[in-house]
Amino acid sequence: MKYLWYIALTCLFILLVWIDLPENYRLKMTLGGRTVDTVLNPLSIDTNIYGWRLKKEFVTKYGLDLKGGSHLVFETDMSKLLSSDIPDALNSSKDIIERRINFFGVSEPLVQTIKAGDKYRIIVELPGVKDTDRAISLLGQTANLNFREQLVLNVPDAGTAAANRIYFSPDSKLKGADVKKATVTFDPNTGKPQVALSFSKKGTKIFADLTTKNLNKPIGIFLDNDILTAPTVQQSILDGNAVITGQYTTDEARQLAVAINSGALPVPIKLIEQRTIGPTLGAAEIQKSIYAGVIGLVAVALFMIVNYGRLGLIACAGLIIYGLLSLALFRLFSITLTLSGVAGFILSIGMAVDSNILIFERIKEERRKGRNLETAVRLGFGRAIDAIKDANFTTLLVAFILFNPLNWEFFPQLGLIKGFALTLAVGVLVSLFTGVVITKKLLQIFYKK
Amino acid sequence: MINFLKYQRLYFIISLAMISAGLFSIFTHGYKNSIDFTGGTILEYQISNQLDVRGLSERLGAKNLNVIEEEVVGKKLTLKFETLNSQQEKVVLGELKKDAGDVTILRAETVGATLGKETIVKTFTAAIVAILVILIYLTVSFKSVNFAAAAIVALVHDLLVMVGGYSIVSYFFGAELNTLFVTAILTTMSFSVHDTIVIFDKIREYRRSKSEDVVLSANRAVTETIIRSVNNSMTIVFMLLALILFGGSTIRFFIVALLIGTLTGTYSSPFVATPFLVWLENRKKNK
Repeated sequence: MKYLWYIALTCLFILLVWIDLPENYRLKMTLGGRTVDTVLNPLSIDTNIYGWRLKKEFVTKYGLDLKGGSHLVFETDMSKLLSSDIPDALNSSKDIIERRINFFGVSEPLVQTIKAGDKYRIIVELPGVKDTDRAISLLGQTANLNFREQLVLNVPDAGTAAANRIYFSPDSKLKGADVKKATVTFDPNTGKPQVALSFSKKGTKIFADLTTKNLNKPIGIFLDNDILTAPTVQQSILDGNAVITGQYTTDEARQLAVAINSGALPVPIKLIEQRTIGPTLGAAEIQKSIYAGVIGLVAVALFMIVNYGRLGLIACAGLIIYGLLSLALFRLFSITLTLSGVAGFILSIGMAVDSNILIFERIKEERRKGRNLETAVRLGFGRAIDAIKDANFTTLLVAFILFNPLNWEFFPQLGLIKGFALTLAVGVLVSLFTGVVITKKLLQIFYKK
Repeated sequence: MINFLKYQRLYFIISLAMISAGLFSIFTHGYKNSIDFTGGTILEYQISNQLDVRGLSERLGAKNLNVIEEEVVGKKLTLKFETLNSQQEKVVLGELKKDAGDVTILRAETVGATLGKETIVKTFTAAIVAILVILIYLTVSFKSVNFAAAAIVALVHDLLVMVGGYSIVSYFFGAELNTLFVTAILTTMSFSVHDTIVIFDKIREYRRSKSEDVVLSANRAVTETIIRSVNNSMTIVFMLLALILFGGSTIRFFIVALLIGTLTGTYSSPFVATPFLVWLENRKKNK
């Protein structure tokens, strides 16, 4: 039975270390005359078990404050909507924003909606985006795209400036919704960027009519009553594929394509909060936090050993398992680590030690009463459990309120606070496990007269 | 066994002094508010040259971009404005590039003014709900309202010390009142109760087994747990100090707030919660 525990603990330990290995870490050292040079990577699983695909890469997910990126909060203007239409409008706004984001090629963007009182907000997180301004202007457009015919007016005086102006009809049969896709292509002859449009079935038909009717005339493409461009129809287009050529830079062409693609937001939105963290700041903060964490950990370990001798050593072993297990859980559940999350984690280390101190003081107490070691350990654990349970429950409770899992609008809904609460809760739960179960086993195995 | 309760007056005076100093600080100068609550824009840059910050402020001021606060630490420049739009941010960057050499944007944050008030209200709600739930949990767990009430008194004591203490830190070191501080307050709440429960658990045990006088039980409980309390706080304090001294700058004052909370949380359990519990229990007895 005892050997089983040895094996189980060793296996757990190896598994945890494997999961927690740093990502892409180049290990280069000389060991007994042989040179080792490999790149370390954490465990990643990708197998099929009876047709059930299991794929998991154990890597740490960093929040915006550590990785760099933009956090944007938009407020929607629902004043013109019936209250029954609001949820739909909010959801479709979210979908459209998500679609617009896809054009930036952002990895792991986050779009969520939040209700606060009678306000509806859309939170957008864009990790690693450099050009925040452009992102904001594209996301915020309440674009209403349409194609308009030239309006022939009776121009009185030929030759004046007014006569040279082109007028477009205010109505339009062809809307942004009829465009299936807009992409940036390059003119094979000139190499200049252009925007290729392909229309939906219905759009193809309308567009064919439109181009046939307006041969050699301009068609105005409007966004929210602003003219984007007015290409002249050079031939009637029947297959629903067209290109808009013009003096565009590649960026402008891409913006135009995005604007056409993204369609219209059902409600106007306004940016009310914007936080952009450069990637350099985040990286420096991670470095410093890790450094500080290690120093703190060493100080705590020394303190425990000085105070509790061999018991302290066992507590340190428990603490190492605690650290490895927590990190493994963060990676297993892809919990996003933010700066405040790291603080919560480090704080929970202090609480993990507390369970041990409580138990050890109780054991000492029982020993003073003249009980033998085995009984003292057993009683010490039993007595300490009550206090540990009550004390940790209140911490979990506060973490629960801060994390606000059901997104109750009367509690804080900030990502910053949530990150902190989540790591604190994970830390407390893991510390309950290691502080009570693991330390007890370690005590039974290693702490003998 | 040490007769801790003999010095009740001293504890009371210490607590009173700490809380009064903090409240005095709050009422005289309050806090340095962060844009989290007031709204505004913070721009942080890495620069390569020495910079005449005043000259920059004046040039920006001439363009109607009023710098509310400026700070240069090493090669890091922080500017605070009323809410700017992205066009205005570009103007600032342009002015800066004229004489700061290589400029890298480290951080750009803009917050509308409405969000702050909402956060404060929500945090208060969260705190009150947490206090109520803790009160109920302790009443059930200890089968006594007095235990729960005493724990809550200590908790409120800690909140007051923290809010006041942070105002003092804000006065001397420029700590900002932001959402992270709010998190620190809520964390301290849980820590404070955590610590109190350990002592109360002992008192409950003694009273159950020997049904002795509450003063005696309390003294014994405090005597036996004081080492554990101090040891435990020391480990947390080590962690926090390491973070303050070596950690990143963005969360420094958050950690300072947690440190104040840890210290007062440790102090309040034996020296506020326990005397108050004894007082409550004696009052019940004398009725």
